[in-house]
Amino acid sequence: MSLQIRHLLGLEGVSADDINLILDTTISFKEILARKIPKVPTLRGVTVVNLFYESSTRTRISFELAEKRLSADTVNFSTSSSSVAKGESLKDTVWNIEAMKIDIVVIRHQAAGAPHYLSTCCKSTIINAGDGAHEHPTQALLDMYTIREKYGHIEGLKVVIVGDIKHSRVARSNIWGLLTMGAEVAVCGPPTLLPVEMEKFGVAVYDDLDKALQGADVVNVLRIQKERQQAGLLPSLREYSRYYGITHDRLKNLNEDFTIMHPGPMNRGVEISSEVAEGPYSVILPQVANGVAVRMALLYLLSGGRGKVDEE
Amino acid sequence: MRNNLELSGGRIIDPVTGYMGTGTIHISGGKIAKVEKRKRSGGSGKNIIDLKGLLVCPGFIDMHVHLREPGREDEETIMSGSEAAAAGGFTSIACMPNTEPPIDNVEGVEYINDRAMMAPVKVYPVGAITVGRKGKNLTEMLEMSGCGAVAFSDDGSGVQNNDIMRRALEYVRACDVPLISHCEFSDLTADGVMHEGYVSTQLGLRGIPSVAEELMVARDIMLAEFTESRIHIAHVSTAGSVELIKRAKKAKINVTAEAAPHHFTLTDDLVKSFDTNLKVSPPLRTQKDVDAIRKGLKDGTIDAIATDHAPHSVEEKELEFDNAPFGMIGLETAVGLVATELVGKKVLTWPQAVHRLSTAPARILNIPGGTLEEGAPADITVIDPSLEWVVDPDKFKSLSRNTPFAGWKLKGKPVMTIVDGNIAYSSL
Repeated sequence: MSLQIRHLLGLEGVSADDINLILDTTISFKEILARKIPKVPTLRGVTVVNLFYESSTRTRISFELAEKRLSADTVNFSTSSSSVAKGESLKDTVWNIEAMKIDIVVIRHQAAGAPHYLSTCCKSTIINAGDGAHEHPTQALLDMYTIREKYGHIEGLKVVIVGDIKHSRVARSNIWGLLTMGAEVAVCGPPTLLPVEMEKFGVAVYDDLDKALQGADVVNVLRIQKERQQAGLLPSLREYSRYYGITHDRLKNLNEDFTIMHPGPMNRGVEISSEVAEGPYSVILPQVANGVAVRMALLYLLSGGRGKVDEE
Repeated sequence: MRNNLELSGGRIIDPVTGYMGTGTIHISGGKIAKVEKRKRSGGSGKNIIDLKGLLVCPGFIDMHVHLREPGREDEETIMSGSEAAAAGGFTSIACMPNTEPPIDNVEGVEYINDRAMMAPVKVYPVGAITVGRKGKNLTEMLEMSGCGAVAFSDDGSGVQNNDIMRRALEYVRACDVPLISHCEFSDLTADGVMHEGYVSTQLGLRGIPSVAEELMVARDIMLAEFTESRIHIAHVSTAGSVELIKRAKKAKINVTAEAAPHHFTLTDDLVKSFDTNLKVSPPLRTQKDVDAIRKGLKDGTIDAIATDHAPHSVEEKELEFDNAPFGMIGLETAVGLVATELVGKKVLTWPQAVHRLSTAPARILNIPGGTLEEGAPADITVIDPSLEWVVDPDKFKSLSRNTPFAGWKLKGKPVMTIVDGNIAYSSL
């Protein structure tokens, strides 16, 4: 079995077969991660560059760990946003990548479409680790893996994504992936943080949290950034927290055996209370652990998926 | 010395006299000396050009181009832009003042006039409305219009301050030239890079809402009525703007409007490719807007077609979508797109198209041309309406290549451009 896609630029247009293959393969890698020595030589000789134009802690560490566990050679490249704004660097970086014969490029960039641009002018395989407010496909894959791990399926579940939908690449990738996998998806947030024509995705759109949560199985809580208040999109974080924060009182409308997710980093007391974040239904830490396994599966499959997963 | 020329046997289209049919045009002393109707072909001689099967139109006028000189001569110059205009079938162009420095005083206007002396087409300067295009102090419009500025505009951005716009509309009455308004309220445009709609929502790119344009169109119409002045709305991009202009015209308010080929041809859906050549201000909108602009061109709500030719270097455009500048070139594709997208798809007849490309802009700017009447300047555009061609930016006369139409197959192409009786361009 191999993937139809050659790059992972986003989950828009990625088939259910491809998503299933990645999630199925993740199971094997999760098993490897549970071993005493959680390392396999699967990607020996494969060179991966982690190209981070935007600060990131957990995604970068998760990718790095996945690459190291697979015995790939890794190079890290981080740069400040100011030098990118001037322009030339992305194209020049592409040239350097080509010259150094790098197999896989993991890119995080503040401009939507940057991974797409790389894929048009670069022979390497491109993995999008988050581009602007566009897509963050590996986050959505690990979210879907975490959901599937708990329920055994994704189809038919109702997933509600709550918060700053407008600026969220996590929301967009989750919507594409979850809809492809047959989930029912709703988004909820204050109207200023809901982008226009959202319903055309095929999702239900709410500005009333209690209505949105009615009958939901999974709630994916997005981080709310303080800058949104400064930009005039929110009157105050206090009001946001009161009307859209996920607290214990809000959970009464959810289905039995519900799940709370958060892509991190959390603002405890703003979009989610500590009580909920640490509740028995929270899978926030399993999400982080699954992130490494999902990225291992993806790197393995995109580099050809030949041979056994843990061939010694 | 100017040639005596005889343009023989072409199909003449003159929206002013209403004549449409075979005929021969005699040119003498840079002017149209005689139009012989129904004359199929004359004799032969070195000054006789056989135009059988071709359309002979009053010279096309592009009232909205950016020539980048002074300041960015690497992207375009008055000479290269004029050559691009001639090759694209335009005999006159009006150049916008957002150069570096901006054309905001009489020296700037004279600079353009001087540089345009050797140009193959007529170049009319547009002066800035406010000093430095900063939206604060009015420019010396009387003096500039006295030296040849045919209109005033802060194009590239709109005049944000309502009182300044009111005073500009009042003051310009003394010059008898129009203000051209780039309608966008920048606080609503904010740092948007494409039309705000489903596609921007999908791509996570910051959106420019239609209302940013429409609100200023409405304001300018109301101020034009209030000040009893006249306003020309540049590059109309939304269905709402078309509707506002239609209602204003019905109310006899002195408003005219133009639309650009990309706005009656392309939609925001294409931005999914992240091709920065599609990044333009105002942005590509939806199919509904494209349809409304086509309808507006058909019913005359939109008077003129203008390219908003905006050259940018490859280095500037080869960037992330967020970081690339706005604008696309259009001088050498406009007529082909009008022929293919409007005439070919039965939106406009050829006489209507010629009116939008020639007669209307001549009247709006109050400049010579727009007709083939005897005594008019011999500014003539000849089109082969059945010539099929593929857009190849490498063949452009423009110094820039930022077009999203590369590789497009078009039907209909300008084949000869005559300015004051001189052949400025010919592929015959």
